[in-house]
This record gives sequence, C-alpha cells and structure tokens, in this order.
Amino acid sequence: MKTSRNEDGTRLTLYLSGEIDHHTAHSIMREVMDKLEAELPRDCILDMSKVTFMDSSGIAIILKAYKLLNSTGGRIAVANAQSQPQRVLDASGLDRLIKILAPLSE
Amino acid sequence: MNEINSMKVIFPSLSANEGFARGAVAVFVSQLDPTVSELGDIKTAVSEAVTNCIVHAYPDNIGEVMLKCRLLPEDTVEITIKDRGRGIENVEEAREPLFTTGGEERSGMGFTIMESFMDSLRVRSRPGKGTTVIMRRRIAKRSR
Ligand SMILES: Nc1ncnc2c1ncn2[C@@H]1O[C@H](COP(=O)(O)OP(=O)(O)OP(=O)(O)O)[C@@H](O)[C@H]1O
Ligand SMILES: [Mg+2]
Repeated sequence: MKTSRNEDGTRLTLYLSGEIDHHTAHSIMREVMDKLEAELPRDCILDMSKVTFMDSSGIAIILKAYKLLNSTGGRIAVANAQSQPQRVLDASGLDRLIKILAPLSE
Repeated sequence: MNEINSMKVIFPSLSANEGFARGAVAVFVSQLDPTVSELGDIKTAVSEAVTNCIVHAYPDNIGEVMLKCRLLPEDTVEITIKDRGRGIENVEEAREPLFTTGGEERSGMGFTIMESFMDSLRVRSRPGKGTTVIMRRRIAKRSR
C-alpha cells in the first residue's frame, strides 16, 4: 500500500486500491491498521482514487481507522472516491463522522 | 410475471466467489444495456447479499449459495440469492440500518444498501432453514 506524508509530517495519506469486499477486506484492514500503528500520524487521509469497487466491508475498515485516530485526537478523511464507492459512502451516512472530500473531477 | 431470460448458478460459500457473483450478474444484466451507475448499484447489492450468506448463513462451515437472475418485462431484472444456512430470527430487526450480529468487521449496512440501490427487496427467512433475498431493479430506457 502506497503512503505519503504532507510537508510538516502531521498527515499521512494511505492509497487504497482494487476491489474492497469481504474477500479482500481482512488483509486491507490489517495493512491500514499496521501503517497507522507504525507511523502514528496525527491525521490521515484514505485516498480512494484507485478503488474500483467497494461494498459495506469497506465501511467497516474506514470506521476502524476512524476509531483509532479519534482515540488519539487525530482526524481522518476519505478522498477522491470513484462513483460506485462514493454511492456506498453516501448510503452509509459516514459523512456524519468523517470528512468525505469531493471526488476528482472526471 | 413472464420470464424473458434467466440464469442460475450454485457455488460454495467461499469469499473468493463474491467477485464471481458480481461479475456473473453484471454480464447477465448487460443485455439490457445498463449505465455504469446502474451496473454499479446492482453489483453492490449482489455483493452485500452474497457476503451475508458467507458471513452469517454459514459462519462455521461452507454451504451452498444459489444465485438466480431473471429478465422480466419492462426491462426489469430480478435477482434471487438463497442459502440453506442459519436463518434470521427477526427479519424486520435485521433490516434496520446499523443492526449487526457481526461485530467490528461489519457495519450493519448491507440490507440498507440493498434496499436503497434496488427498486425492491424481499427477505424470507426461517431460523435453521435458510434465507432467500429477492431484489428487483428496472433498467431505464435509453436512446440506443
Ligand atoms: N443470509 C443470512 N443468513 C443469516 N443471517 C443473516 C443473513 N443475512 C443477514 N443476516 C443477519 O442480518 C444482519 C444484518 O445484515 P446486514 O447485511 O444488513 O448487516 P451486516 O452483514 O451485519 O453488516 P455489513 O453488511 O454492513 O457488513 C446480520 O448481522 C445477520 O445477523
Ligand atoms: Mg451484510
């Protein structure tokens, strides 16, 4: 999983990719949590631009990351989702907890 | 209702088959020339229903999942996903947003997504016998 830091190092971006369903979710969740626990960023962005499919299994991953960051006073945002994952994000009501940044214009 | 076309597949409740089920339905639905967005909605709903069979119907073993697609008049697809697993005690409660028996790995949004992404959702279940989910979606007419 590709990652990057912003200039002052406070924000870590994780680049998710591929299809996120129950089949792939376990290893993606493991990887996200490992990165967050190893790098201990204050804030985190989950970049979804390379995610081609996501169902509710992805919502559980985002919620888990949210809980971890929230417990250390950090913030998390989801960014750049394509239209299918964006529909699932919208249906989930996750925007009440987490900032969902506008998708990339197509 | 008069059936124009149909297909049926049976597969074991392995998570590797989630992608297969989405793909099979997408190919079947393609005969109606759906938009990318319509196809995305249908694939999402299928993924939710099949995942429920894998995770909830057969929590400790591998069982059979039956997937059926029917093409009905007025550009309507009907998708049935059936298991012979554990069943649901209280379907009304299970359909509530955020209701889950699945713990941290689940969000309790599956039925809510199926309901909002499809035109109709019916759930029949008997504890110890299994669950059948029937969803319909009409594909909008486009200038072809
Ligand atoms: N095929 C099934 N067999 C047995 N129980 C089921 C089945 N489908 C759903 N359920 C029950 O209904 C509940 C709600 O299902 P729903 O798909 O809405 O949420 P979830 O699967 O728990 O979470 P998510 O879908 O967000 O990962 C499940 O937690 C489970 O208890
Ligand atoms: Mg579910």
